[in-house]
Amino acid sequence: MSTVTQSKGGERIAAYGGATAIALALALPFAVSGFVTFQLTQVMIFAIAILGLNLLTGISGQFSLGHGAFFALGAYAAAIAIDSFGLHYGLTLPLAALICFLVGFLFGLPALRLEGIYLALATFALAIATPPLLKFSLVEAWTGGVQGVFLAKPAPPFGLPLSDDQWLYFLTLAVGLALYWVARNLLESRTGRALIAIREHPIAAGAMGVDLPAYKTLIFGISAAYAGVAGALSAIVVQFVAPDSFAFWLSIALFVGLVVGGVGWLPGALVGGAFIVFAPNIAEGVSKGLSGALYGVILIVLIYLMPAGAGGLLRQLGLARGPRSSR
Amino acid sequence: MRCALWHRFWFAASAAAMVVLAPVATADDLPGVSDTTIRIGNISPYSGPASAYSQIGKTIEAYVDKINAEGGVNGRTIELLSYDDGYSPPKTLEQARKLVERDDALLIFASLGTPTNSAIHDYLNGKGVPQLFVATGASKWGDPENHPWTMAWQPVYRTEAGIYARYILENRPSGKIAVLYQNDDYGRDYLEGLRAGLGDQAKSMIVAALPYETTDPTVDSQIINLKASGADIFVNVATPKFAAQAIRKVAEIDWQPLHILNSVSQSVGAVLAPAGLDAAKGIISAAYLKDSSDPQWAEDAEMANWHAFMDNYYPQGDRNSNLTVYGYAVTKTLQHVLEAAGDDLSRENVMKVAASMENVRVPMLLPGITMTTSSTDFFPLQDMQLMRFDGERWQLFGDIISE
Amino acid sequence: MELFTQQVLAGIATGGIYALMALAIVMIYQAIHHLNFAQGEMGMFSAFVAWQLLLWGAPYWLAFVATIALSFVAGVLIERIVFKPLRRAPVFSHLVVFVALFAIFNSLAGFIWDFTIKPFPSPFGTTPLFGAGLIGAHQAGMLVVIAVVLVALFLFLRTTRLGLALRAAAANPESARLVGVRVGWMMALGWGLASAIGAVAGMMIAPIVFLEPNMMLSVLLYGFAGAVLGGLASPGGAVFGGFLVGVLENLAATYVPVVGSELKLPIALLLIVVVLVLRPYGLFGRKPVERV
Repeated sequence: MSTVTQSKGGERIAAYGGATAIALALALPFAVSGFVTFQLTQVMIFAIAILGLNLLTGISGQFSLGHGAFFALGAYAAAIAIDSFGLHYGLTLPLAALICFLVGFLFGLPALRLEGIYLALATFALAIATPPLLKFSLVEAWTGGVQGVFLAKPAPPFGLPLSDDQWLYFLTLAVGLALYWVARNLLESRTGRALIAIREHPIAAGAMGVDLPAYKTLIFGISAAYAGVAGALSAIVVQFVAPDSFAFWLSIALFVGLVVGGVGWLPGALVGGAFIVFAPNIAEGVSKGLSGALYGVILIVLIYLMPAGAGGLLRQLGLARGPRSSR
Repeated sequence: MRCALWHRFWFAASAAAMVVLAPVATADDLPGVSDTTIRIGNISPYSGPASAYSQIGKTIEAYVDKINAEGGVNGRTIELLSYDDGYSPPKTLEQARKLVERDDALLIFASLGTPTNSAIHDYLNGKGVPQLFVATGASKWGDPENHPWTMAWQPVYRTEAGIYARYILENRPSGKIAVLYQNDDYGRDYLEGLRAGLGDQAKSMIVAALPYETTDPTVDSQIINLKASGADIFVNVATPKFAAQAIRKVAEIDWQPLHILNSVSQSVGAVLAPAGLDAAKGIISAAYLKDSSDPQWAEDAEMANWHAFMDNYYPQGDRNSNLTVYGYAVTKTLQHVLEAAGDDLSRENVMKVAASMENVRVPMLLPGITMTTSSTDFFPLQDMQLMRFDGERWQLFGDIISE
Repeated sequence: MELFTQQVLAGIATGGIYALMALAIVMIYQAIHHLNFAQGEMGMFSAFVAWQLLLWGAPYWLAFVATIALSFVAGVLIERIVFKPLRRAPVFSHLVVFVALFAIFNSLAGFIWDFTIKPFPSPFGTTPLFGAGLIGAHQAGMLVVIAVVLVALFLFLRTTRLGLALRAAAANPESARLVGVRVGWMMALGWGLASAIGAVAGMMIAPIVFLEPNMMLSVLLYGFAGAVLGGLASPGGAVFGGFLVGVLENLAATYVPVVGSELKLPIALLLIVVVLVLRPYGLFGRKPVERV
């Protein structure tokens, strides 16, 4: 019941689906208002972060409740590089990726000795510790302390006939597609297969000579880098970073987005991103006083309807590929 | 790939069709205003960590209902769109853009919080949309030179801290000060204001300043350390829950400093009573609004009107919280501006009217306190009065102090 | 030295809060091998229910017992209604449902009872016990409550057949089913008991931090930390962990300059992660045996 039962038809549908999605993505900003373009950009930014989580969770079977911390790190790295050092905003993306990879890798070294709930707690601790660290008075000169950092909105380069919103949309789309491509190739690579082996049978993989800690730490770093790039994009698009933007709730939202989209199904990241952006809007549209409760109810209903997320539902219908579910 | 190209063309074509079909607004329309309605936007944290403050947004909605039930403003009903940002700055920007670009709101009114308003500060000023009477006390909201579309409302945190500094210098010039502050923009603004107000003395007088995070369960540990610093003046810059914990703990460990409490937490019903009225005896604070739970206003006509409003339009609202009073008074101020603007409801004129208030008084302000603005002064409320808690009610003393 | 004593005692007092929460966490972990993110909010909601009963004129101990009973039933119902249909869903989906429950309880409490803080009575009184308010009567009473819950939980899990069945159902559902344990009802029982302990925690914590919808968020975090530090399989370890977190947090804030007061929370969390890395199953836990 796993990847082997992949039908030819399913693959073709997936290919068509992908092509349609890209075409739709290219046309959309010309069809909707600047505000909706901005919302869609936000969706893609969250999707990039969830993609990183999906690499970690879907492939190595571990999960993180602290990726909001790497999102914040990437955002602050970009903001500080632009604000204090005058770096071009385009260059902040690889910078954020590099910094978050290193920090993620270093965090992964000790943390990945932990399993399941213990790893969840360690990563969650990271998420909770983020706002106080960002506010810390000794680094205030760079982080702006409680006030945060303001950025200018980048205009489209080369005199492209696009609005600012459209330009940032296409920039995010391009980055997202590139990172999606990388993620897919990681999956299909030798490394990817090794990682999936770890997920299914950790001890057996160890016995077969797969170097568990090395791969786990590596994938943790890569996944942190994804979150970092998303954070950097978010800083550029929102033009403002502050500790309150990265409360622990962000980490939880990313995790929820991952599950709603479907663990192990990469395109599900977009579904998850859309959920993060639009679910609260739907909830508040029904009742403001109870918006939190409605958000919870929507979430439970979704999990009832698709216990393994959107990806799990599509797999059941034979429309998506990938491992069935996580354990 | 051929397939993908085909799809791309198809979608591009349909997209183009959608653009052509989209309704186009005419240029002379005033944004957010019709002959019968005025559309106003508001952003409040209805969910998330700051949801306690959503009472301001709910009171605003209730008061707008009252305005509409009584015939609206100059014959126009107010259509209030209040959105939830969960106190997350990126979400605030999304909601502000929705209000401006999709809903075509005339202005954004009393949006809550410093980081959240910071995220939309440049956007709204770039678009020329009034960000009127923001519900935060940071000093940056009254900067007409750089941000002509943003106006404050409540007295600035730093001003209030300056009032306390002056009081301390006059009454306890050789005192030693301990400060408890919330570790965010609000707490640090008070601390800065206190330091500025004490001037050269700040370094020698402030012997301890300890922060707390809103994630701390209690502030007991901080209070013990503040007492151990040997201070005889305690400046309590905390939000209601933590302020009440601090008041109780100070009494418990038998510390008897001159206790100065910031206005955020001066509600008798919501802070002092839970902490213990005896423990709160002797506390000093500065105010600009009447406290609905203070018995000294029991016979007050404005208070009676407020209670009638709460009965009829917001019965489930919390009368002990000063946020419901705040929401009432700030919406009264909006009502004043819209009425004074008459039929010229362009964004420019609304801003101009808001910037030319002269000793305007709205109900629930302390007697003698009024609002004045000008093209260079975007701080409507700058007056406060000191008061001391006698174990039952606040006793106002001294003159009205303005900066 | 006086400051040190005071901070340690204050740390024990707040540590007691964490310890109670940690006990509820250990209970639910024993039943479902998960950390329930909504545990704190459920406890908060229970405390509000008790507050409402008191407001309606119920005597304290009646409200206390009624709230525990109601919470037990609510816990069982949540398992039966929300989680039973999701038995086959992946574990991640369960975590997400915890998040959903968190949002629901938090939002409902704010909607029904408002956000203004409410004083919550203590059955033990509020008078300081040893001069200068070193430790209050309520805090002392809470320590007794912790001891009672701890002993009861320990005896239940270790010496009763039901406790054994409950642990078996969580540890190895298939085998447990084969020997006649009704696994589903064991989980429901675990939920009920955890939510009853959570109610006790809520009613003991509310007098200290004041009753309001967000009162349990931070307590839950520290409770997690305490429980994991001590070991999720050991009630005694969890209580010890709770106290340890409370004391360490206060001492770090007092004796490490600048960093200590501003980064109190990150330091406490860092310590926990360090302990976990050195002893991955907590100070008193053991690594479960795994087979391939």
